[in-house]
Amino acid sequence: MNSPTPSSSQPSASAPAERHSAAELAKQLNELLDPVLSSRRTAQPLAARLAPLTRELQDFALHWVHVIARTSGELAYQFAATAPDVLRQADPVAAEAWIIQAMDTFDRAGLHYAGSQLNNIDALLLALRHNAEAVAFDDASTVLRLFICGLGGRPLKLEAGDETYTDTDCIHLPARIFSLGSREKNFLLYKALATHMWAQSRFGTFNVNPAGHLASFEDPARALALYNYLETTRLDAIIARELPGLARELATLRDDVEPPPECAPLAAPSATAQDSLALVDALYSKFEPPQFSYMGTLHPELARAMRASRVAREKKELQSELAKLLGAQPGDALVDPEEGDARRYSVENTADDSASPALNLDGEPVSPPSQIRDLLRSIAQDFGEIPAEYFTPASDGAHTNNSFTDKESADAAEDPQLDEDVVLYNEWDYKRRHYRKDWCTLREIDVLPGNPDFIDTTLKHYAVQVGQLRRTFEMLRGEDKWLKKQPTGDEIDLDAVITAFADLRAGRELPQQLFQRRSKVERDIAAMFMVDMSGSTKGWINDAERASLVMLCEALEVLGDRYAIYGFSGITRQRCAIYRIKRFAEPYDKTVRQRIAGIEPQDYTRMGVAIRHLSGLLNGVGARTKLLITLSDGKPDDYSDNYRGEYGIEDTRQALIEAHRAGIHSFCITIDREARDYLPRMYGAVNYTVIDDVAQLPLKVADVYRRLTT
Amino acid sequence: MSKLAAGRPATLHEQASQTAARVILKEPYYEAIGGEIGLFAAAYATQIPVLLKGPTGCGKTRFIEYMAWRLKRPLVTVSCHDDLTAADLIGRYLITNNETVWVDGPLAQAVRCGGICYLDEIVEARKDTTVVIHPLADDRRMLPMEKHGELLHAPQEFLLAMSYNPGYQSVLKELKQSTRQRFVAIEFNYPNAALEKKIVIAETGIDPALAEQLIRLAEMTRNLKGNGLDEGASTRLLVHAGKLIAKGIPARAACTGAIAAALTDDPDMLRAVNELANSLF
Repeated sequence: MNSPTPSSSQPSASAPAERHSAAELAKQLNELLDPVLSSRRTAQPLAARLAPLTRELQDFALHWVHVIARTSGELAYQFAATAPDVLRQADPVAAEAWIIQAMDTFDRAGLHYAGSQLNNIDALLLALRHNAEAVAFDDASTVLRLFICGLGGRPLKLEAGDETYTDTDCIHLPARIFSLGSREKNFLLYKALATHMWAQSRFGTFNVNPAGHLASFEDPARALALYNYLETTRLDAIIARELPGLARELATLRDDVEPPPECAPLAAPSATAQDSLALVDALYSKFEPPQFSYMGTLHPELARAMRASRVAREKKELQSELAKLLGAQPGDALVDPEEGDARRYSVENTADDSASPALNLDGEPVSPPSQIRDLLRSIAQDFGEIPAEYFTPASDGAHTNNSFTDKESADAAEDPQLDEDVVLYNEWDYKRRHYRKDWCTLREIDVLPGNPDFIDTTLKHYAVQVGQLRRTFEMLRGEDKWLKKQPTGDEIDLDAVITAFADLRAGRELPQQLFQRRSKVERDIAAMFMVDMSGSTKGWINDAERASLVMLCEALEVLGDRYAIYGFSGITRQRCAIYRIKRFAEPYDKTVRQRIAGIEPQDYTRMGVAIRHLSGLLNGVGARTKLLITLSDGKPDDYSDNYRGEYGIEDTRQALIEAHRAGIHSFCITIDREARDYLPRMYGAVNYTVIDDVAQLPLKVADVYRRLTT
Repeated sequence: MSKLAAGRPATLHEQASQTAARVILKEPYYEAIGGEIGLFAAAYATQIPVLLKGPTGCGKTRFIEYMAWRLKRPLVTVSCHDDLTAADLIGRYLITNNETVWVDGPLAQAVRCGGICYLDEIVEARKDTTVVIHPLADDRRMLPMEKHGELLHAPQEFLLAMSYNPGYQSVLKELKQSTRQRFVAIEFNYPNAALEKKIVIAETGIDPALAEQLIRLAEMTRNLKGNGLDEGASTRLLVHAGKLIAKGIPARAACTGAIAAALTDDPDMLRAVNELANSLF
């Protein structure tokens, strides 16, 4: 379907609407682009070029100018300038994809890159011509990531970029491949590129120092290209041995250029990167290396830098882990206090390098935990073996080891800086009708314990109601019931049998339902409570929220349902925060009570990202019924960047739809009396409740929960 | 009134023939991966129940069959499921011709005939069910059958064994301490590459080079464990793929059917495993 996106001014269905005149267009563009126009940069030339287009295309262009202007006026201007050329040659669906891609780039890398992407029409048209057979990185990356992970070795990340190379930690692949005739072939090329980058890291292309060695040549770039070719030849031979099926497929991508006879030794199983490097000397002056489609580029400087930092880090980690394994105090790492002399680790560097090297302690084999195995494997990958000095305590052992002690004691104290994990989330832009990729940055933070007196006061204040709540909830608890007159069961239902006999004697048919069985009506519910901690809850709303949570916890403890409580707030998309109050696995104990008391109003209400994060957590719990209950005091809102209003509501709605797809029931309890205007759009007509009187909140929340779950 | 089952093997075998118990006459193929045979035999001799731990398809069931053959005991296997009740294990009354008849459950049968009762995937059973084996699993070695008013004492030959896959990360699928601490645990894992190759060849008759490729594929899928797969390909899956190949199915198709599709339903993962298989064959 190639119909353009409907814009604000709908053409009537019956007759094609007349196209806008240049003057009309100029007027509209002037309004939309006002902030980036000046006396020398006017909307007239843009309008003049848009004027000859059909009305549909004009509307399409205006619509997107409007949308892009919300993100960046400058980008919208650039779009308006290039749109006529693009719309003449590409259908609106393709053009929309091109716009969205540019806006994603803007979100990720800024105006400069986004602008150059918008203006690179040739690339767009080339890609369009091959659209049917093109494979995008986003489509291929999931499978490729798993594929590379399956091949084994040190874990590698995959990222899209302009060229193909690896720094031995991350594989960079092109964003789109369309050079070969079919989707299958293009995917194969992706696979081939990724496999070769994996092989470079796996089989030691950067374990020698190519840049240092090749710098002495007259033209180092040419020497590097030759090294790249020779390494490709060597790795091809390894792939042919290890992955014969893939090697057959690779052969179809290779031009029929036989490597020069000097390259023959590279095919031997014992060949290393050193041999390739040596061959560069021999072939530099007499051989022009061909470039295969599946050869990437080499960036030895990046790879060596990455390798150097990893080598240093892993050496430390290994020594610290080995010391832990010995059970020794980190301070006397490899020295057994009883024997007084050093106990020695050693490894057997096996010929089969697919397994991690076997670890020995004083000549006896030990079976190390997976963490050490991974480290050994990664180190062996960097050196071809485990260097012996890795098992010798450093001469300044006390010093190095002390640093582990520091690190560990810091770990033990659970420094919030260390376990602070940052997660990125997409956000829905209803104007674009696409997600903004990795738009929100979210941190999980523990709520600092507050004054426990609050809990006692609350419980005292609501003592009667708590008692009632407990009784009500006790009745809800699932209990064993005998189901009578069952066709199968654990025991005979004597009453049924006696009746059956009577029936039989009376000449009636013998009923089949003669058993009884015990059936446990199990409540299998996990509930996630998401508490608004925005600044607007300051004062008695906050008090009411905290009191509700106390009452709720008292009730739920009786019921035995699994539940978690998290607060949410944040300021701007860069600093969204989730506050841990009670995890699912945590008991309702003193710490949790103090955290409830410690809930304090923070910043704004960016709801979408909080819902996405918490539904992710909720999905990790195995329960038949999953509930996400939001306690809120108003609309989604955030500082600047347009979250307020429709954008925020639509993003929240989208996040709830995602949660719904994952099998989560969402419900909202709010005290905002105007909530009836927007909550139905977000939660659906029946999935919310408005509590007019804040003072009622503590009594109502538990009650609402009871209603929801029976 | 307790009916003591007599310790005479001949009668026990006779009894076994009328029940769910299976007498294994032909030696099952089994390759030891460590000292598990010795450990099991010692536990049997000292009447301590045995817990087999390990991922699916690594040979737990085959091992128990092998031990039943080796110890010459009938084997009663119960596959546990979340509806398995105590009555399913112990027995129940059934109605025939105007009277009620007591029918022993598999556990009671195994106790009576002095066999090995093997509760497969015990964590799948309801929590309250596992408690009924407690008196049988400690030095009392008895099975109270309250419904029938009978207390069964296990003969010397009886052994309780169960299996359990610690790989499930679900909190609901954990074994209670009070249950697990009654058992001698034998840990199983996938055999090392050389042994696994031997097993695949012995079970399927494919040529060694092909077997090696299958082992390599298993290793690749085991690399994916935790990255989208809950388990890597088990030895059992390799045997399946090998058997298909031996029947003339092309290797790639055999791996798709027996390994990739058996491991996952996720389309991306399916494709990735297929790509891995294709890269080898």
